[in-house]
Amino acid sequence: MQDGHLHLPDNDSNTQAVKLTLNQVNFFYGDRQALFKIDVEILKNQVTSFIGPSGCGKSTLLRCLNRLNDLIEGARVEGTMLLDGVDINGPDVDITDLRTRVGMVFQKSNPFPKSIYENVAYGPRLHGIRNRGQLDQIVEEGIKGAGLWDEVKDRLQASALGLSGGQQQRLCIARALAVKPDVLLMDEPCSALDPVATAKIEELLFSLKQDLTVVIVTHNMQQAARVSDWTAFMYLGELVEFGLTKQLFTMPSKKQTDDYITGRFG
Amino acid sequence: MTQRHFDEELSDLKTKLLRMAGQAEDQIDQALTALVTRDSTLARQVIERDHQVNALDVEIDEECIQLLALHQPAARDLRLVTTAMKIATELERISDLAENVCERAIELNEEPQLKPYIDIPMMGNMARMMVKQSIDAFVKYDATLARKVLKDDDFVDDLMEQLFRELLSFMLEDTRTISRAIRLSFIAKYLERIGDHATNIAELVVYLVEGKIIRHTTPPGSP
Repeated sequence: MQDGHLHLPDNDSNTQAVKLTLNQVNFFYGDRQALFKIDVEILKNQVTSFIGPSGCGKSTLLRCLNRLNDLIEGARVEGTMLLDGVDINGPDVDITDLRTRVGMVFQKSNPFPKSIYENVAYGPRLHGIRNRGQLDQIVEEGIKGAGLWDEVKDRLQASALGLSGGQQQRLCIARALAVKPDVLLMDEPCSALDPVATAKIEELLFSLKQDLTVVIVTHNMQQAARVSDWTAFMYLGELVEFGLTKQLFTMPSKKQTDDYITGRFG
Repeated sequence: MTQRHFDEELSDLKTKLLRMAGQAEDQIDQALTALVTRDSTLARQVIERDHQVNALDVEIDEECIQLLALHQPAARDLRLVTTAMKIATELERISDLAENVCERAIELNEEPQLKPYIDIPMMGNMARMMVKQSIDAFVKYDATLARKVLKDDDFVDDLMEQLFRELLSFMLEDTRTISRAIRLSFIAKYLERIGDHATNIAELVVYLVEGKIIRHTTPPGSP
Protein backbone atom coordinates (compact mmCIF):
# COMPACT_ATOMS: atom_id res chain seq x y z
CA MET A 1 0.00 0.00 0.00
CA GLN A 2 1.50 3.26 -1.06
CA ASP A 3 1.39 5.94 1.48
CA GLY A 4 -1.08 8.72 0.84
CA HIS A 5 -3.57 6.64 -1.03
CA LEU A 6 -5.71 5.78 1.93
CA HIS A 7 -6.10 9.35 3.10
CA LEU A 8 -9.33 11.14 2.49
CA PRO A 9 -9.21 14.09 0.13
CA ASP A 10 -8.40 17.36 1.77
CA ASN A 11 -11.65 19.19 2.42
CA ASP A 12 -9.96 22.54 2.19
CA SER A 13 -8.89 21.93 -1.37
CA ASN A 14 -10.75 23.44 -4.26
CA THR A 15 -14.06 21.64 -4.55
CA GLN A 16 -14.06 22.25 -8.28
CA ALA A 17 -10.88 20.21 -8.67
CA VAL A 18 -11.07 17.47 -11.25
CA LYS A 19 -10.97 13.95 -9.82
CA LEU A 20 -11.37 11.85 -12.92
CA THR A 21 -10.66 12.82 -16.49
CA LEU A 22 -11.75 10.65 -19.39
CA ASN A 23 -10.18 11.52 -22.67
CA GLN A 24 -11.39 9.96 -25.93
CA VAL A 25 -12.24 6.68 -24.24
CA ASN A 26 -13.30 3.80 -26.49
CA PHE A 27 -14.24 0.44 -25.07
CA PHE A 28 -14.65 -2.87 -26.84
CA TYR A 29 -16.16 -6.18 -25.80
CA GLY A 30 -14.22 -8.21 -28.35
CA ASP A 31 -15.29 -6.84 -31.75
CA ARG A 32 -18.22 -4.93 -30.40
CA GLN A 33 -17.54 -1.34 -29.48
CA ALA A 34 -19.51 -0.29 -26.39
CA LEU A 35 -18.14 3.19 -25.73
CA PHE A 36 -17.28 5.81 -28.32
CA LYS A 37 -14.84 8.65 -27.69
CA ILE A 38 -16.03 9.56 -24.23
CA ASP A 39 -14.68 12.84 -22.93
CA VAL A 40 -15.73 13.83 -19.44
CA GLU A 41 -14.34 15.43 -16.33
CA ILE A 42 -15.70 14.30 -12.98
CA LEU A 43 -15.25 16.84 -10.23
CA LYS A 44 -14.05 16.10 -6.75
CA ASN A 45 -16.57 16.10 -3.89
CA GLN A 46 -19.48 16.15 -6.27
CA VAL A 47 -22.09 13.59 -7.20
CA THR A 48 -22.15 12.84 -10.91
CA SER A 49 -24.87 10.66 -12.37
CA PHE A 50 -24.96 8.80 -15.64
CA ILE A 51 -28.36 8.28 -17.18
CA GLY A 52 -29.49 6.72 -20.44
CA PRO A 53 -31.51 3.80 -21.79
CA SER A 54 -30.44 0.20 -21.16
CA GLY A 55 -27.40 -0.76 -23.17
CA CYS A 56 -26.21 2.81 -23.61
CA GLY A 57 -22.88 1.98 -21.98
CA LYS A 58 -23.28 3.75 -18.66
CA SER A 59 -22.52 0.67 -16.54
CA THR A 60 -19.64 -0.25 -18.84
CA LEU A 61 -18.23 3.21 -18.31
CA LEU A 62 -18.65 2.95 -14.55
CA ARG A 63 -16.93 -0.42 -14.50
CA CYS A 64 -14.04 1.03 -16.50
CA LEU A 65 -13.38 3.46 -13.67
CA ASN A 66 -12.10 0.75 -11.36
CA ARG A 67 -11.14 -1.68 -14.11
CA LEU A 68 -13.78 -4.25 -13.34
CA ASN A 69 -13.97 -4.88 -17.07
CA ASP A 70 -10.45 -6.31 -16.93
CA LEU A 71 -12.10 -9.53 -15.81
CA ILE A 72 -14.00 -9.86 -19.07
CA GLU A 73 -12.23 -11.77 -21.77
CA GLY A 74 -11.59 -9.78 -24.94
CA ALA A 75 -12.38 -6.46 -23.27
CA ARG A 76 -10.18 -3.61 -24.41
CA VAL A 77 -9.92 0.09 -23.56
CA GLU A 78 -8.51 2.91 -25.66
CA GLY A 79 -7.91 6.50 -24.64
CA THR A 80 -6.89 7.77 -21.25
CA MET A 81 -8.65 7.71 -17.91
CA LEU A 82 -6.90 9.80 -15.31
CA LEU A 83 -7.49 9.55 -11.58
CA ASP A 84 -5.84 12.59 -9.98
CA GLY A 85 -3.79 12.91 -13.15
CA VAL A 86 -2.56 9.31 -13.21
CA ASP A 87 -3.69 6.95 -15.96
CA ILE A 88 -5.55 4.11 -14.25
CA ASN A 89 -4.78 1.79 -17.14
CA GLY A 90 -1.06 2.60 -16.92
CA PRO A 91 1.45 -0.25 -16.47
CA ASP A 92 2.52 0.91 -13.00
CA VAL A 93 -0.94 0.93 -11.52
CA ASP A 94 -1.61 -1.70 -8.88
CA ILE A 95 -5.15 -2.83 -9.53
CA THR A 96 -5.81 -3.64 -5.87
CA ASP A 97 -4.64 -0.20 -4.94
CA LEU A 98 -6.89 1.30 -7.61
CA ARG A 99 -9.93 -0.58 -6.32
CA THR A 100 -9.13 0.54 -2.80
CA ARG A 101 -9.26 4.12 -3.94
CA VAL A 102 -12.24 3.58 -6.21
CA GLY A 103 -14.89 1.61 -4.34
CA MET A 104 -18.03 0.20 -5.82
CA VAL A 105 -21.58 -0.60 -4.74
CA PHE A 106 -23.75 -2.75 -6.95
CA GLN A 107 -27.39 -2.95 -7.87
CA LYS A 108 -28.02 -5.99 -5.76
CA SER A 109 -26.65 -5.82 -2.26
CA ASN A 110 -24.03 -8.53 -1.87
CA PRO A 111 -22.93 -8.80 1.74
CA PHE A 112 -20.59 -11.66 2.61
CA PRO A 113 -22.29 -14.49 4.54
CA LYS A 114 -20.56 -13.30 7.68
CA SER A 115 -21.38 -11.07 10.60
CA ILE A 116 -22.14 -7.38 10.13
CA TYR A 117 -18.84 -6.58 11.81
CA GLU A 118 -16.81 -8.94 9.64
CA ASN A 119 -18.33 -7.57 6.44
CA VAL A 120 -16.96 -4.14 7.19
CA ALA A 121 -13.70 -5.34 8.75
CA TYR A 122 -12.95 -7.57 5.77
CA GLY A 123 -11.29 -4.93 3.57
CA PRO A 124 -9.14 -3.35 6.30
CA ARG A 125 -8.07 -6.86 7.41
CA LEU A 126 -6.95 -7.63 3.86
CA HIS A 127 -4.92 -4.46 4.01
CA GLY A 128 -3.14 -5.87 7.06
CA ILE A 129 -4.90 -4.14 9.89
CA ARG A 130 -4.98 -6.63 12.78
CA ASN A 131 -5.29 -4.40 15.81
CA ARG A 132 -8.73 -5.01 17.30
CA GLY A 133 -9.17 -1.50 18.62
CA GLN A 134 -8.26 -0.01 15.29
CA LEU A 135 -10.61 -2.40 13.46
CA ASP A 136 -13.44 -1.59 15.87
CA GLN A 137 -12.96 2.05 15.09
CA ILE A 138 -12.89 1.56 11.33
CA VAL A 139 -16.01 -0.61 11.47
CA GLU A 140 -17.86 1.94 13.55
CA GLU A 141 -16.84 4.83 11.31
CA GLY A 142 -17.77 2.88 8.17
CA ILE A 143 -21.19 1.87 9.49
CA LYS A 144 -21.83 5.36 10.81
CA GLY A 145 -20.75 6.81 7.47
CA ALA A 146 -23.32 4.60 5.78
CA GLY A 147 -26.03 5.80 8.17
CA LEU A 148 -26.59 2.32 9.58
CA TRP A 149 -25.03 2.53 13.04
CA ASP A 150 -28.13 3.12 15.14
CA GLU A 151 -29.89 0.20 13.51
CA VAL A 152 -27.13 -2.40 13.98
CA LYS A 153 -24.86 -1.27 16.83
CA ASP A 154 -26.37 -3.83 19.23
CA ARG A 155 -26.00 -6.77 16.88
CA LEU A 156 -22.71 -6.35 15.11
CA GLN A 157 -22.00 -10.05 15.46
CA ALA A 158 -25.31 -11.08 13.87
CA SER A 159 -25.30 -12.32 10.32
CA ALA A 160 -25.43 -9.63 7.64
CA LEU A 161 -27.91 -11.76 5.76
CA GLY A 162 -30.50 -11.10 8.44
CA LEU A 163 -30.65 -7.40 7.56
CA SER A 164 -33.33 -5.90 5.32
CA GLY A 165 -32.51 -5.11 1.69
CA GLY A 166 -31.97 -1.44 2.39
CA GLN A 167 -29.80 -2.21 5.41
CA GLN A 168 -27.77 -4.71 3.41
CA GLN A 169 -27.18 -2.10 0.74
CA ARG A 170 -26.01 0.40 3.34
CA LEU A 171 -23.79 -2.30 4.83
CA CYS A 172 -22.20 -2.71 1.40
CA ILE A 173 -21.63 1.04 1.36
CA ALA A 174 -20.08 0.77 4.84
CA ARG A 175 -17.85 -2.03 3.55
CA ALA A 176 -16.76 0.16 0.65
CA LEU A 177 -16.13 3.09 2.99
CA ALA A 178 -14.03 1.00 5.40
CA VAL A 179 -11.00 1.15 3.10
CA LYS A 180 -11.42 4.92 2.81
CA PRO A 181 -11.81 5.29 -0.94
CA ASP A 182 -11.53 8.59 -2.83
CA VAL A 183 -14.24 7.68 -5.27
CA LEU A 184 -17.40 5.65 -4.78
CA LEU A 185 -19.03 4.11 -7.84
CA MET A 186 -22.67 3.13 -7.50
CA ASP A 187 -24.40 1.03 -10.10
CA GLU A 188 -28.18 1.35 -9.67
CA PRO A 189 -27.79 1.25 -5.89
CA CYS A 190 -31.49 1.74 -5.14
CA SER A 191 -33.22 -0.19 -7.87
CA ALA A 192 -34.08 -3.06 -5.53
CA LEU A 193 -35.09 -0.86 -2.61
CA ASP A 194 -38.35 0.62 -1.42
CA PRO A 195 -38.86 4.41 -1.33
CA VAL A 196 -37.90 4.71 2.36
CA ALA A 197 -34.66 2.77 1.95
CA THR A 198 -33.99 4.71 -1.25
CA ALA A 199 -34.47 8.00 0.54
CA LYS A 200 -31.92 6.90 3.18
CA ILE A 201 -29.31 6.11 0.55
CA GLU A 202 -29.99 9.34 -1.28
CA GLU A 203 -29.67 11.26 1.97
CA LEU A 204 -26.41 9.45 2.55
CA LEU A 205 -25.00 10.67 -0.76
CA PHE A 206 -25.19 14.24 0.46
CA SER A 207 -23.01 13.47 3.45
CA LEU A 208 -20.67 11.16 1.53
CA LYS A 209 -19.71 13.80 -0.96
CA GLN A 210 -18.16 15.86 1.80
CA ASP A 211 -15.37 13.32 1.82
CA LEU A 212 -15.42 11.63 -1.52
CA THR A 213 -16.44 11.79 -5.12
CA VAL A 214 -19.53 9.82 -6.09
CA VAL A 215 -20.38 8.50 -9.53
CA ILE A 216 -23.80 6.92 -9.81
CA VAL A 217 -25.53 5.09 -12.62
CA THR A 218 -29.29 5.18 -12.38
CA HIS A 219 -32.36 4.39 -14.42
CA ASN A 220 -34.41 6.57 -12.18
CA MET A 221 -34.20 10.04 -13.64
CA GLN A 222 -35.86 11.67 -10.69
CA GLN A 223 -33.16 10.15 -8.54
CA ALA A 224 -30.46 11.59 -10.77
CA ALA A 225 -32.20 14.95 -10.54
CA ARG A 226 -32.46 14.73 -6.75
CA VAL A 227 -29.01 13.54 -5.82
CA SER A 228 -26.49 14.63 -8.39
CA ASP A 229 -24.69 17.88 -9.02
CA TRP A 230 -23.75 16.85 -12.54
CA THR A 231 -25.56 14.62 -14.99
CA ALA A 232 -24.30 12.85 -18.07
CA PHE A 233 -26.72 11.51 -20.63
CA MET A 234 -25.47 8.59 -22.70
CA TYR A 235 -26.98 6.96 -25.74
CA LEU A 236 -25.65 4.11 -27.89
CA GLY A 237 -22.23 4.26 -26.27
CA GLU A 238 -21.81 7.99 -26.76
CA LEU A 239 -21.91 10.79 -24.26
CA VAL A 240 -24.68 12.98 -25.67
CA GLU A 241 -24.72 15.69 -23.06
CA PHE A 242 -22.98 16.48 -19.83
CA GLY A 243 -23.79 19.40 -17.60
CA LEU A 244 -25.06 20.73 -14.32
CA THR A 245 -28.06 18.66 -13.24
CA LYS A 246 -30.24 21.70 -12.68
CA GLN A 247 -29.48 22.87 -16.21
CA LEU A 248 -29.91 19.46 -17.85
CA PHE A 249 -33.30 18.84 -16.25
CA THR A 250 -34.75 22.25 -17.05
CA MET A 251 -33.12 23.24 -20.32
CA PRO A 252 -31.09 20.46 -21.91
CA SER A 253 -29.10 21.65 -24.91
CA LYS A 254 -29.61 18.54 -27.03
CA LYS A 255 -32.95 17.40 -28.37
CA GLN A 256 -32.04 13.75 -27.68
CA THR A 257 -31.58 14.56 -24.00
CA ASP A 258 -34.86 16.43 -23.90
CA ASP A 259 -36.66 13.51 -25.56
CA TYR A 260 -35.17 11.05 -23.10
CA ILE A 261 -35.86 12.91 -19.90
CA THR A 262 -39.39 13.76 -20.98
CA GLY A 263 -39.99 10.09 -21.78
CA ARG A 264 -40.42 10.57 -25.53
CA PHE A 265 -37.52 8.54 -26.67
CA GLY A 266 -37.27 7.00 -30.10
CA MET B 1 -50.29 7.04 -16.11
CA THR B 2 -48.62 6.49 -19.42
CA GLN B 3 -46.74 8.87 -21.66
CA ARG B 4 -49.70 8.97 -24.04
CA HIS B 5 -52.01 10.03 -21.24
CA PHE B 6 -49.54 12.64 -20.17
CA ASP B 7 -49.35 14.04 -23.71
CA GLU B 8 -53.13 14.12 -23.84
CA GLU B 9 -53.25 16.01 -20.57
CA LEU B 10 -50.69 18.52 -21.78
CA SER B 11 -52.69 19.10 -24.92
CA ASP B 12 -55.83 19.43 -22.84
CA LEU B 13 -54.06 22.01 -20.70
CA LYS B 14 -53.09 24.02 -23.77
CA THR B 15 -56.67 23.91 -25.07
CA LYS B 16 -57.98 25.16 -21.75
CA LEU B 17 -55.47 27.98 -21.69
CA LEU B 18 -56.49 28.94 -25.22
CA ARG B 19 -60.11 29.00 -24.16
CA MET B 20 -59.25 31.22 -21.23
CA ALA B 21 -57.27 33.56 -23.49
CA GLY B 22 -60.20 33.72 -25.91
CA GLN B 23 -62.50 34.71 -23.07
CA ALA B 24 -60.08 37.34 -21.80
CA GLU B 25 -59.81 38.83 -25.30
CA ASP B 26 -63.61 38.88 -25.57
CA GLN B 27 -63.80 40.67 -22.25
CA ILE B 28 -61.47 43.40 -23.50
CA ASP B 29 -63.37 43.65 -26.76
CA GLN B 30 -66.77 43.91 -25.09
CA ALA B 31 -65.46 46.36 -22.51
CA LEU B 32 -64.25 48.66 -25.28
CA THR B 33 -67.58 48.37 -27.10
CA ALA B 34 -69.47 49.12 -23.90
CA LEU B 35 -67.32 52.21 -23.41
CA VAL B 36 -67.50 53.55 -26.96
CA THR B 37 -71.22 52.85 -27.46
CA ARG B 38 -71.98 53.99 -23.89
CA ASP B 39 -73.81 50.73 -23.28
CA SER B 40 -74.02 50.20 -19.51
CA THR B 41 -76.01 46.99 -19.89
CA LEU B 42 -73.21 45.44 -21.90
CA ALA B 43 -70.69 46.74 -19.36
CA ARG B 44 -72.59 44.95 -16.57
CA GLN B 45 -72.61 41.74 -18.58
CA VAL B 46 -68.83 41.91 -18.95
CA ILE B 47 -68.47 42.39 -15.19
CA GLU B 48 -70.71 39.39 -14.53
CA ARG B 49 -68.73 37.19 -16.92
CA ASP B 50 -65.42 37.76 -15.14
CA HIS B 51 -66.10 34.79 -12.86
CA GLN B 52 -65.86 32.44 -15.86
CA VAL B 53 -62.26 33.48 -16.43
CA ASN B 54 -61.57 33.17 -12.71
CA ALA B 55 -62.97 29.64 -12.70
CA LEU B 56 -60.67 28.66 -15.58
CA ASP B 57 -57.73 30.17 -13.72
CA VAL B 58 -58.41 27.90 -10.74
CA GLU B 59 -59.02 24.90 -12.97
CA ILE B 60 -55.75 25.38 -14.88
CA ASP B 61 -53.84 25.89 -11.64
CA GLU B 62 -55.20 22.65 -10.21
CA GLU B 63 -54.41 20.74 -13.37
CA CYS B 64 -50.84 22.03 -13.43
CA ILE B 65 -50.29 21.11 -9.79
CA GLN B 66 -51.58 17.61 -10.50
CA LEU B 67 -49.33 17.24 -13.53
CA LEU B 68 -46.34 18.32 -11.46
CA ALA B 69 -47.20 15.94 -8.63
CA LEU B 70 -48.05 12.90 -10.71
CA HIS B 71 -45.58 13.14 -13.58
CA GLN B 72 -42.65 15.17 -12.28
CA PRO B 73 -42.17 16.61 -15.75
CA ALA B 74 -38.71 17.72 -16.85
CA ALA B 75 -37.18 19.92 -19.52
CA ARG B 76 -39.69 21.27 -22.07
CA ASP B 77 -42.64 19.61 -20.30
CA LEU B 78 -41.64 21.24 -17.04
CA ARG B 79 -41.33 24.60 -18.74
CA LEU B 80 -44.71 24.12 -20.39
CA VAL B 81 -46.53 23.32 -17.14
CA THR B 82 -44.93 26.07 -15.08
CA THR B 83 -45.41 28.60 -17.88
CA ALA B 84 -49.08 27.62 -18.29
CA MET B 85 -49.64 28.29 -14.59
CA LYS B 86 -48.15 31.73 -14.85
CA ILE B 87 -49.95 32.61 -18.09
CA ALA B 88 -53.27 31.69 -16.46
CA THR B 89 -52.55 34.21 -13.71
CA GLU B 90 -51.75 36.91 -16.29
CA LEU B 91 -54.98 36.20 -18.18
CA GLU B 92 -56.99 36.38 -15.00
CA ARG B 93 -55.53 39.83 -14.26
CA ILE B 94 -56.27 40.93 -17.83
CA SER B 95 -59.90 39.96 -17.37
CA ASP B 96 -59.99 41.86 -14.06
CA LEU B 97 -58.72 44.97 -15.85
CA ALA B 98 -61.43 44.61 -18.52
CA GLU B 99 -63.90 44.50 -15.64
CA ASN B 100 -62.37 47.70 -14.24
CA VAL B 101 -62.78 49.39 -17.62
CA CYS B 102 -66.48 48.50 -17.51
CA GLU B 103 -66.89 49.88 -13.99
CA ARG B 104 -65.45 53.22 -15.09
CA ALA B 105 -67.55 53.12 -18.31
CA ILE B 106 -70.74 52.76 -16.27
CA GLU B 107 -69.73 55.78 -14.18
CA LEU B 108 -68.86 57.77 -17.31
CA ASN B 109 -72.24 57.00 -18.82
CA GLU B 110 -73.89 58.93 -15.99
CA GLU B 111 -72.54 62.14 -17.51
CA PRO B 112 -72.34 63.54 -21.03
CA GLN B 113 -69.40 62.24 -23.09
CA LEU B 114 -66.30 64.36 -22.52
CA LYS B 115 -64.75 63.84 -25.94
CA PRO B 116 -64.95 61.42 -28.85
CA TYR B 117 -63.19 58.20 -27.90
CA ILE B 118 -60.49 57.62 -30.50
CA ASP B 119 -57.16 56.99 -28.79
CA ILE B 120 -58.66 54.78 -26.08
CA PRO B 121 -60.17 52.18 -28.44
CA MET B 122 -56.93 52.28 -30.43
CA MET B 123 -54.96 51.56 -27.26
CA GLY B 124 -57.43 48.89 -26.24
CA ASN B 125 -57.31 47.14 -29.59
CA MET B 126 -53.54 47.23 -29.57
CA ALA B 127 -53.47 45.73 -26.07
CA ARG B 128 -55.96 43.06 -27.11
CA MET B 129 -53.85 42.28 -30.18
CA MET B 130 -50.81 41.91 -27.93
CA VAL B 131 -52.69 39.42 -25.77
CA LYS B 132 -53.75 37.48 -28.86
CA GLN B 133 -50.26 37.41 -30.35
CA SER B 134 -48.59 36.44 -27.10
CA ILE B 135 -51.00 33.49 -26.86
CA ASP B 136 -50.42 32.62 -30.52
CA ALA B 137 -46.70 32.64 -29.77
CA PHE B 138 -47.37 30.28 -26.85
CA VAL B 139 -49.34 27.85 -28.98
CA LYS B 140 -46.79 27.88 -31.81
CA TYR B 141 -43.71 27.95 -29.58
CA ASP B 142 -42.74 31.08 -31.51
CA ALA B 143 -40.16 33.19 -29.68
CA THR B 144 -39.86 35.63 -32.60
CA LEU B 145 -43.53 36.52 -32.41
CA ALA B 146 -43.21 36.81 -28.62
CA ARG B 147 -40.39 39.33 -29.02
CA LYS B 148 -42.54 41.37 -31.43
CA VAL B 149 -45.15 41.68 -28.68
CA LEU B 150 -42.51 43.13 -26.38
CA LYS B 151 -41.86 45.89 -28.91
CA ASP B 152 -45.56 46.67 -29.35
CA ASP B 153 -45.81 47.53 -25.68
CA ASP B 154 -43.91 50.77 -26.34
CA PHE B 155 -46.66 51.87 -28.70
CA VAL B 156 -49.32 51.36 -26.03
CA ASP B 157 -47.22 53.22 -23.46
CA ASP B 158 -46.76 56.16 -25.84
CA LEU B 159 -50.48 56.34 -26.53
CA MET B 160 -51.19 56.46 -22.83
CA GLU B 161 -48.74 59.33 -22.30
CA GLN B 162 -50.35 61.24 -25.16
CA LEU B 163 -53.80 60.66 -23.71
CA PHE B 164 -52.72 61.83 -20.26
CA ARG B 165 -51.47 65.10 -21.68
CA GLU B 166 -54.71 65.64 -23.57
CA LEU B 167 -56.85 64.87 -20.51
CA LEU B 168 -54.69 67.15 -18.39
CA SER B 169 -55.41 70.04 -20.73
CA PHE B 170 -59.15 69.36 -20.39
CA MET B 171 -58.87 69.46 -16.63
CA LEU B 172 -56.81 72.68 -16.62
CA GLU B 173 -59.29 74.45 -18.88
CA ASP B 174 -62.48 73.36 -17.14
CA THR B 175 -62.64 71.90 -13.66
CA ARG B 176 -66.05 70.36 -14.37
CA THR B 177 -64.33 67.83 -16.61
CA ILE B 178 -62.06 66.53 -13.84
CA SER B 179 -64.13 63.55 -12.69
CA ARG B 180 -64.62 62.32 -16.26
CA ALA B 181 -61.03 63.00 -17.26
CA ILE B 182 -59.76 61.08 -14.24
CA ARG B 183 -62.00 58.13 -15.09
CA LEU B 184 -60.71 58.15 -18.64
CA SER B 185 -57.12 58.30 -17.33
CA PHE B 186 -57.88 55.26 -15.21
CA ILE B 187 -59.17 53.44 -18.26
CA ALA B 188 -56.04 54.37 -20.20
CA LYS B 189 -53.96 53.02 -17.32
CA TYR B 190 -55.98 49.76 -17.23
CA LEU B 191 -55.41 49.25 -20.93
CA GLU B 192 -51.74 49.99 -20.55
CA ARG B 193 -51.61 47.37 -17.78
CA ILE B 194 -53.26 44.85 -20.11
CA GLY B 195 -50.37 45.52 -22.51
CA ASP B 196 -47.95 44.87 -19.63
CA HIS B 197 -49.60 41.53 -18.84
CA ALA B 198 -49.39 40.58 -22.53
CA THR B 199 -45.70 41.48 -22.32
CA ASN B 200 -45.34 39.17 -19.33
CA ILE B 201 -46.95 36.36 -21.30
CA ALA B 202 -44.58 37.02 -24.21
CA GLU B 203 -41.61 36.89 -21.86
CA LEU B 204 -42.87 33.58 -20.47
CA VAL B 205 -43.09 32.25 -24.04
CA VAL B 206 -39.45 33.16 -24.64
CA TYR B 207 -38.61 31.15 -21.51
CA LEU B 208 -40.77 28.27 -22.67
CA VAL B 209 -39.02 28.10 -26.03
CA GLU B 210 -35.47 29.11 -25.24
CA GLY B 211 -35.15 28.50 -21.50
CA LYS B 212 -33.99 32.11 -21.07
CA ILE B 213 -35.53 34.34 -18.43
CA ILE B 214 -35.68 37.77 -20.06
CA ARG B 215 -37.92 39.62 -17.64
CA HIS B 216 -36.38 42.21 -15.35
CA THR B 217 -33.32 42.25 -17.58
CA THR B 218 -33.63 45.83 -18.85
CA PRO B 219 -30.66 47.76 -17.45
CA PRO B 220 -31.60 50.44 -14.89
CA GLY B 221 -32.13 53.88 -16.35
CA SER B 222 -33.14 52.70 -19.79
CA PRO B 223 -36.58 53.79 -21.03
